[in-house]
Amino acid sequence: MDRFVYLTFDGLSRGLVYAAFALALVLIWRAARIVNFAQGAMAVAAVYVAYSVTNATGSYWLGFVVALLAGLVLGVTVERVVMRFVDHSSPLNGVVVALGLVLIIQGTLGIIYGNEYLPVETPFSRDAFEVGGIAMLSRYDLFVFAAVGTVVVLLSLLFTRTAIGLRMRAAAFAPDVSRLLGVSVGGMLTLGWALAAAVGSLAGMLVVPTELGVHPTAMDVVFVSAFTAAVVGGLDSPIGAVIGGLVVGLLLSYVSGYIDVTVAPMAILTLLVVVLLGKPGGLFSSSKARVA
Amino acid sequence: MSGALLQVEGLTAGYGAAPVLHDVGLTVQPGEIVAVLGANGAGKTTLLRTLSGLVRTTRGRVVFDGAELSGTKVEHLVRRGIAHVPEGRGVVTELTVDENLRLGGLWRRDRADSRKALDEVYELFPPLAQRRTFAGHQLSGGERQMLALGRALVGRPRLLLLDEPSLGLAPKVTGQIMALLRDLRERTGLAVLLVEQNVRSALSIADEGVVLALGRVVARNKASVLRDDADLRHAYLGF
Repeated sequence: MDRFVYLTFDGLSRGLVYAAFALALVLIWRAARIVNFAQGAMAVAAVYVAYSVTNATGSYWLGFVVALLAGLVLGVTVERVVMRFVDHSSPLNGVVVALGLVLIIQGTLGIIYGNEYLPVETPFSRDAFEVGGIAMLSRYDLFVFAAVGTVVVLLSLLFTRTAIGLRMRAAAFAPDVSRLLGVSVGGMLTLGWALAAAVGSLAGMLVVPTELGVHPTAMDVVFVSAFTAAVVGGLDSPIGAVIGGLVVGLLLSYVSGYIDVTVAPMAILTLLVVVLLGKPGGLFSSSKARVA
Repeated sequence: MSGALLQVEGLTAGYGAAPVLHDVGLTVQPGEIVAVLGANGAGKTTLLRTLSGLVRTTRGRVVFDGAELSGTKVEHLVRRGIAHVPEGRGVVTELTVDENLRLGGLWRRDRADSRKALDEVYELFPPLAQRRTFAGHQLSGGERQMLALGRALVGRPRLLLLDEPSLGLAPKVTGQIMALLRDLRERTGLAVLLVEQNVRSALSIADEGVVLALGRVVARNKASVLRDDADLRHAYLGF
């Protein structure tokens, strides 16, 4: 029982990171109909920026804030300089360009920082509290819960309660109509990329310290899990991304804990196949057919 | 014709190399309803899309309210006082009725009047008021047309570019919409450039008619004259 409790909290904590990362993928998919395969590399770049800032100043929090800002800037840059010029007549074009970006970003980071794992500190202890002799969760897990929870709440408020959010949704669903109503569709697209990249950077900041450290490819495995989470939830659904992230996190934690760590990737693939067979649009896709 | 609200001269435009519109000219006076008529593929929708900048102009001039319109960004059109209700109604089906309507006034600085205009639209279309929280895709065809029209009105335009409002609607609903346009013109002085396949109902409310065939203007006259011109009706309008 205590093992189950521990694995559950561990899974939720990891799952929230996947949720944040999946949310970033969904944000861009909704805005631009592109699966941003460069999300992982972009997030790692932001983590490296934080690494440099923290090393130079000694402040984790300064590095944290700068990483999110770096994510924003990177998102704007990638959209304005690269993605805006991609011909979207075939969905593969965006994917190929994004994969190219991965190589460029990872190569550049490798040149600057070297291709080795650099240790990254956490702002809070990762030792789990014990309640009644059962290891539950750590201060760092609580930090992850709070950070991702805040982002989810802020994003849902942005999209449902503000004029900017309404513009962003309209621009994503019906670009031509939105332009006729005075919405700057290009501006909304840039904003979507910026937000997504910042959320992706947050996910990177949260997950990298819990693994081997920062490395140009540090987010590759996380990307696979988060991508699965986004697809399982339905690429169009922010709620689906969050729930998909939690499901994937829990599944990984239970399978690693009860069976073996090496089986975990197979569990993810099995989940993906089962969901795609049963509900190809994802668990939270709207039933209405959409043209991409 | 210096007082014209919209003046189109020698407009040539299209998709890619082959123009769809050739040397099109027309005028809309303030408070006037002008119907653009013609068969499928005559270039009616392209004409509206060119006026609002969604299709590139290759030659010609469009003057709105004394100032050149070409070169205006599509998203700045509403600020000039032009509302374009596209074919197929253009309701954002994923958004609710209320969100669609608010979208129509987001560009405006005058928040108070935006809200007032929104309330007026709900008064004008009671079915929309009853379905504020419904998503666009849950509405009937007639309700969607009301929503698209209402959303345009929230921006208090001076010129409405209206593309096939009768498409797929029951004759009774079409009649209601036409009556509403006439009523709006009487009350607010709203000018309308109305593209319609339903020639009878369009000519019943229009002051002027412009007949397009293969992208050229083949007739321009008072609506009453066009209604009575049997040869023209047989040749281009099919009744």
